[in-house]
Amino acid sequence: MKNLKNISLALLGLLVISCNDDDTVAPPVTNEEELITTVKVTLTNGSNSVVLQSKDLDGDGPNAPVVTVVGNLLANTTYTGSVEFLNESVNPADNITAEILAEDEDHQIFYQLTSGLGTISYTDVDSNSQPVGLAITYQTNAVGSGNLVVTLRHLPNKSANGVASGNIANAGGSTDAEVTFPVTIQ
Amino acid sequence: MRFIFSFLFGLVTLFAYSQFQVSGKVVNTFNEPMENIHVHTHGKTTSTDVNGNYTIYNLKEGNHVIEFSFSGYLPYKQKYFLKSNLIINAVMIINETQIEEVAIQSKNSNVTKSQKENVISKSTIERYGSQNLGDVLKEIAGVSALKTGNSIVKPIINGLHSNRVVTLNQGIRIEDQQWGIEHAPNIDINSIQKIKVIKGASALQYGGDAIGGVVLLEPNLIRVDTLIGKTMLSLNSNGRGGSAATSLFRAKEKGLNWNFNASLKYFGDRETRNYVLSNSGNREQNFSGGLSYQLAKHNLSTYYSLYNSQVGILKASHIGNTNDLYNAIVNFQPAVIEDFTYNLAHPKQEATHHFLKVQDHISLTDFSSLEVVYSFQWNNRKEFDVRRNSQNTNAALDLDLKTHIFKVDFQTQKGKFELKNGVNLFLQNNEANPFTGVRPLIPTFSKNEIGFYGVSNYNFNESLVFELGGRLDFSTIEASKYYLKSRWNERNYNEAFSAFIQSEVGNQYFTKPKFNYVNFSGNIGFKKTFHHDYVWYFNVNLASRNPNVSELFSDGLHHSNGQIELGDLRIQQEKSFKIASTVTKSWQQTGFEIHPYLNFINDFIFLKPIGFETTIRGAFPVWSFQQTNAVLSGIDIAFNAVVFKKGSYNLGTAYVNGWDTSNQKHLIDVPPLKIMNGFKWHEKNWYNFKAEVKNEWVFTQNQFPNYNFSANIIQNNQLVAVEIPISEAPKGYNLWHFYSELQFETSKKTNLVIAFSIDNLTNEAYRDYLNRQRFFVDEMGRNFQLQIKFNY
Repeated sequence: MKNLKNISLALLGLLVISCNDDDTVAPPVTNEEELITTVKVTLTNGSNSVVLQSKDLDGDGPNAPVVTVVGNLLANTTYTGSVEFLNESVNPADNITAEILAEDEDHQIFYQLTSGLGTISYTDVDSNSQPVGLAITYQTNAVGSGNLVVTLRHLPNKSANGVASGNIANAGGSTDAEVTFPVTIQ
Repeated sequence: MRFIFSFLFGLVTLFAYSQFQVSGKVVNTFNEPMENIHVHTHGKTTSTDVNGNYTIYNLKEGNHVIEFSFSGYLPYKQKYFLKSNLIINAVMIINETQIEEVAIQSKNSNVTKSQKENVISKSTIERYGSQNLGDVLKEIAGVSALKTGNSIVKPIINGLHSNRVVTLNQGIRIEDQQWGIEHAPNIDINSIQKIKVIKGASALQYGGDAIGGVVLLEPNLIRVDTLIGKTMLSLNSNGRGGSAATSLFRAKEKGLNWNFNASLKYFGDRETRNYVLSNSGNREQNFSGGLSYQLAKHNLSTYYSLYNSQVGILKASHIGNTNDLYNAIVNFQPAVIEDFTYNLAHPKQEATHHFLKVQDHISLTDFSSLEVVYSFQWNNRKEFDVRRNSQNTNAALDLDLKTHIFKVDFQTQKGKFELKNGVNLFLQNNEANPFTGVRPLIPTFSKNEIGFYGVSNYNFNESLVFELGGRLDFSTIEASKYYLKSRWNERNYNEAFSAFIQSEVGNQYFTKPKFNYVNFSGNIGFKKTFHHDYVWYFNVNLASRNPNVSELFSDGLHHSNGQIELGDLRIQQEKSFKIASTVTKSWQQTGFEIHPYLNFINDFIFLKPIGFETTIRGAFPVWSFQQTNAVLSGIDIAFNAVVFKKGSYNLGTAYVNGWDTSNQKHLIDVPPLKIMNGFKWHEKNWYNFKAEVKNEWVFTQNQFPNYNFSANIIQNNQLVAVEIPISEAPKGYNLWHFYSELQFETSKKTNLVIAFSIDNLTNEAYRDYLNRQRFFVDEMGRNFQLQIKFNY
């Protein structure tokens, strides 16, 4: 009985010691690989260029994205556009556009404009000759204002009805980014 | 005159011939009375009562044979000559080939005296051999299943689940991240011999925090010299897979006992009536083994089990934002339907659970014993998400949970007084892998607890037992967690918790939150046995549960339901006060059980929507853990009756109402009214043929809180504000199930059982309120199952 007591006490002590690794050192910070902090759309026509940017450095944190628009869009003009996705929470920033390009058949970017503000069409294709949406042209209409919604879908069904022409309704997949920019055409 | 004389003579002889009776008592080899033993003599039959007694009346003088029989025991026959009333006692001996079923009958070792324990037998567990613990528990009225798809099933007891339900394997609580609604108990159903469910926290020796209830998984307790084996194969049409399990069991009265059990499960995609549930397959590889050595005063034993599972998560349930969620709900059709495959793609879960137990049971005197137990559990959980880069196959969540439990229990009996007390030491460490590339859902933490309990029973007389118990727990939890500064400020943590901040790293604080808790739980009740086998249990208990890690620390986006879930460091313990009563009656022909209860929970912890946050992925509703006062009230009813000689009917029904008294709202995820009707047919002479038809009727849950919210969705190229209907419960449903089996005696000691069953006979397409994937897909369609079981 006494032996048993000793053994159990020893065991108890061992456990307390083994479990109490008092680590005052901070564990490594997790590098957020899946995070997109920044969506940047650049539209150019000659020397006229417009940059629409949405940046949210705290990711899923409470701070809302900061949306900035630099430059003015002109009426009845054709812009060549590109979109960039970045993770700026890490240093140096992760270029997510390159990741999308590497698996372009699994991604598509959709552009929704308030009606009357013109049309956006795809100018790039993936290995299956389906659009990706990293490169676009934007043909503006008359003077007006509204919104542009840019959506990055992962694993969309690109062959579903209307998806290749930019209609998001039947695209499916999951949304990796969805940002809304105010658009004013002068 | 002659006529009258002969008539009188006839009457006298009739009287003379019919006045004898045979009675007696039937016990097992432990000298415990055996109930429901079939007694047959000279064309008359009866069964023994609760005390093992039987009487057969109106037997004629002469030579007769009496036979006692019971499933799992060797039939006992005796010849006798009757010329006066006779007493014939019998001792039933276990039939070794069917020994496992007997385990249920052999010993009455109730954990709590004042609360009814619901028991599930080995034969029922075996039917669910290719399913999960959560599925078989639904056999008990008042227990429902909280599901994520088909393979992740958690029990809900009287409306409560997750950390409010404690599952114990051989007396040790299973520590496997039960805070998560998508985390099923990490246990192989094929390794379980017997399940007991206690609805409430009255089993104080196992903890004072089981506000919902306790599930006890128990081992085989046979101590008769025997060697038995079993190999079972289950094949299922839905999922095109099945399971195989084999076990060997060696028991002796003295000396070395051993057993082992191994099982495999392999399933591909399940199917509903209309489509394939893409990526719903699962696998399991399990092993368990035990050794025990019986000495004069000591019983030394050790047990190890390994549970290994891989579960696919429905592809269609992976969504990115509220827009995706809205589309999924209104389309009523999953976004991803692919051809059937056995492959498991991302998202998926992988869990490994090691369980080790070493124990010494010491018999101090004939009436007292001491049990010293050490156990170690190591749980690893990996959750794989759909990543942008498909080459990246790293887990998104990787948690390593290690738990040491050390306990000493002392039990003694003095006359009418019984006492159990003990001490429990619990040391736990969770390591959240920081290299997954995704912020861990819950942090690295360590948790230490020490608990003391005492429970006493007083047997006033044979029919009244009084129970009183108390428990005191001291616990401490310390986490290492990074908070985004923006989140720390939004939560207003700076005032009360700035001392937790250790350092600043970029836009984050490194913190070490630490909390101490002291909890008292108590239990008082009685059990009263009346005439005619009426038993009345009455129990009042007080329990409290510490906030779990997710309630304190969770902080981020939940991908499967498109919501941001936030813990709160201010959350305190929740306290439950439960009044429960059970009335049971078991006649020979009919029986019933009625269990009404009232559970008042102060500071009930729940998730509540508190607003919106916009991220680069769009706007998300934010749900925060909050506390309120709640009342759960309900009733469970079970009834069974022998309709005719070979047919019996049974009914199980449960109703529970969950009410948030502070907010005057219903509680979320409360099971709807359910009625189970079953009819069983048993034909012993035809290869022990058994057949069962079951009807499962689940009503529409109309009592839910309205948490619908409005969000801007892209429709026809425009952002349109719509209501996201997440609150409404799906329509009720009515399912039919069928089960049948035949048993062939292959030799004197071996038999083969072949069972065929059909679940969801009419291939109903339906959705269940308690399935987290109800927004995306229907429930599984019809399933044919063939089971081949060889006992040797």
